Amino acid sequence: MTALSLLPARRSVPGVFVALTLTLAIGWLVVLLDGGQLFNQSTTVSLLHVAAGLGLVAVGQTLVILGGSLDLSVAYVISLSTLVAAETMNGSDGAVLPAIGLALVVSAGVGLLNGILVTRFRVNAFIATLGVGLLLKGYLDNGYDGPAGATAPSLVQSLGYQRVGPVPVSFLLLIAVTAAAWFALSRTRFGHHLVAVGGDPEVARLSGVRNDRILVTAHILCSMCAGLAGIYLASRLGSGAPRVGTEGLYDLESIAAVVIGGTALAGGRGGVIGTVGGVLLLASIDAIFNQLEVDAFFKQVIRGVIIIAAVAVYARRAMRKAA
Amino acid sequence: MSDPPPTPLLTLRGIGKSFLGVRVLDGIDLDVAPGEVHAVVGENGAGKSTLMKIVSGGYSPDEGTVEFAGEPRSFRGPRDAQRAGVGIIHQEFNLLPERTVAENVYLGHEPVRRGLVDRRGMLDRTRQLLASIGETTLPADARVGQLGVAQQQVVEIAKALALDARLLIMDEPTAALADHEVELLYGLVRRLQERGIGLLYVSHRLAEVFDLSSRITVLKDGRRVTTVDTADTTADELVRHMVGRALSSYYPDRAAPEDRGPVRLNLRDAGNRKLRDVNLQLRAGEVLGIGGLQGSGRSALARAIFGVSPFTTGDVTLDDRPVRLRSPRTAMRAGIAYVTEDRKGEGIVPRQSVLDNALLASRAVFAARSGRAARTVRVRELLTAVEVRGAGDDQEIRFLSGGNQQKVVLARWLALNPRILLFDEPTRGIDVGAKSAIHDLVRRLARDGAAVLMISSDLPELLGMSDRIVVMRDGHVAGELPAGATEEEVVALAVGTARETARETAQ
Repeated sequence: MTALSLLPARRSVPGVFVALTLTLAIGWLVVLLDGGQLFNQSTTVSLLHVAAGLGLVAVGQTLVILGGSLDLSVAYVISLSTLVAAETMNGSDGAVLPAIGLALVVSAGVGLLNGILVTRFRVNAFIATLGVGLLLKGYLDNGYDGPAGATAPSLVQSLGYQRVGPVPVSFLLLIAVTAAAWFALSRTRFGHHLVAVGGDPEVARLSGVRNDRILVTAHILCSMCAGLAGIYLASRLGSGAPRVGTEGLYDLESIAAVVIGGTALAGGRGGVIGTVGGVLLLASIDAIFNQLEVDAFFKQVIRGVIIIAAVAVYARRAMRKAA
Repeated sequence: MSDPPPTPLLTLRGIGKSFLGVRVLDGIDLDVAPGEVHAVVGENGAGKSTLMKIVSGGYSPDEGTVEFAGEPRSFRGPRDAQRAGVGIIHQEFNLLPERTVAENVYLGHEPVRRGLVDRRGMLDRTRQLLASIGETTLPADARVGQLGVAQQQVVEIAKALALDARLLIMDEPTAALADHEVELLYGLVRRLQERGIGLLYVSHRLAEVFDLSSRITVLKDGRRVTTVDTADTTADELVRHMVGRALSSYYPDRAAPEDRGPVRLNLRDAGNRKLRDVNLQLRAGEVLGIGGLQGSGRSALARAIFGVSPFTTGDVTLDDRPVRLRSPRTAMRAGIAYVTEDRKGEGIVPRQSVLDNALLASRAVFAARSGRAARTVRVRELLTAVEVRGAGDDQEIRFLSGGNQQKVVLARWLALNPRILLFDEPTRGIDVGAKSAIHDLVRRLARDGAAVLMISSDLPELLGMSDRIVVMRDGHVAGELPAGATEEEVVALAVGTARETARETAQ
């Protein structure tokens, strides 16, 4: 093999953005033929709002998946975080910062628990995070029948509804979090080590990486991202909502977005940029189908097909690479 | 033994190690000087790998001392050894295929500037490191998964050097390389020598050992036979040191010439990715032994015949009819059975019962419903016949001893009434009693007219059981030996010191 046959390591544009562009183009056309308008102000804004919520969770999910783990507790962390935030604020603008801080700390605590179960106790990530999720579910179901607390009006106005042009502040928050995550992955030792742990834990260990510490950190960050999504949802809804996470299917949807975005479910390959592409793709499909007033159940079928197709395409690519 | 050079980098004295009461190393002494290539040779199972793991921190010795750079050391683990300056290049690389060359080389100790990974610096330093070992064509930002095996090996070496390795262990470094790549490795080894790095070079291949090393240590059965200056020895002498032990165990009588039937399986110029131009005839009633080193194509041959990774070139005939053995299923239907080398991984389903394991092949090949009861009865009879001990048929197989597990695997195949049986290391990891039971069974099967092909690394077993021995090397048949051949003859063919002409066999 000569050096000439080697492609530079720079990743090409993740395939998900090609799919996203195609989806938007086709969607735009179909909606137009249907007599509607895909990119009017209100549809664009609501698309970006949907993307912001899911995106915050999915970026965090990307971190744990890159490290070869998984987090199924995010949906409950979101619900918990809305309640912690809204109840602490209790409608008072003065309590915004402490409330946000407390919600993030509580979320981080859940992440720490997940991380310790996965590393120290060697519980399979699927089971560990599912178990922690059910634990939170028990607490939420027991303590709450419906919305509780009240989000501070200033937060509702800013994070919940304020926009810069058609772009909601919450989406800008997603961009900031994504940029931070991207930076951490490519420019910090933590990021390099995380990808190594996911790629091959044994290689990482033998190279001096402290696998457990890295993975616990990733779990904490993942839960904090979910907590942030909860704070955003609380500011959207104006109160804490004990079932918002599960009803929004944030656990499975975030994993789907990560996978559609090209991150290997087994870890070691991928990144947050692709994940945001996956989130936008899922949100766009939502928006298009809403415009076309497609049956909700049929919508689910299409989403399922897209997720499977994405994974199949990546699997084929991986096979070609290996050959 | 020659005098050790004045200031050794590594000194081993009286190293001993046992696993589960089995002594795998006993009283090993060995030195490596800076800039020296010290080769370690020995048969499969001589203890080379264990010794290397002790030097590189993978195991700690039960007895003896390890002195590195003048200080006594007991490494707490591979990382500890790396930090001290001992690098090891495994046969299987420890690299992340999805990451770049530079990211792999500096994994775990990435250069940092102001708290952030200095990517440019990392690339520059990787380039310098590669250039210092004469590698200028390999881009530091290429993804490792895209590189060829030889280049990945260079990355491994660079990774060790980035940690300032002063002693580098190379475990069968050429096993995965093509011929022209071996030359590149030679150049690399010499440049490492010039830098004053000591090398422990483990290899089966005597040609390389003679090309590269200044001293050679021969291990056999966990003991050091001798250490010689390479210039003062010959390949024949080394081979004599590597083998030569008393043939004491009992083996069943061989087949008389008149018992050998017609050719069952005939391979003509057969090959695939791992094999080339294999010509081989397997007769009914005989046990054909397959010798050779690990990775020489022995298992690849069995796996090709059984359709796991089928032949892609050449012709295969079964009872004089051409066949294409595309998958294990077609092979099974053609009457071929394969007892794999990796019993735990490929032979048994650990959590299923003895009976389920024994019925696995029958259930897979025969129609679901018909004759189910009869088959179960037959398999139960077979399990009794092969004398599976210490367990009911309903016990999970993982609780059985290795020997009994192997008997269950045998029963599974016998239930199909195979006409050709392929055994890959049939007695590896099995106690002595079960071993001779399996030997008797193999011979009985041949006597009843089956054609048996048996791969074995255990030379006494190979010599004791086989009616003929075919020795493989580098994916092709290196030669054939008749019953009564010596260990030296087998090893000479396997390592390539004998000329590749088969001794005429009485057929």
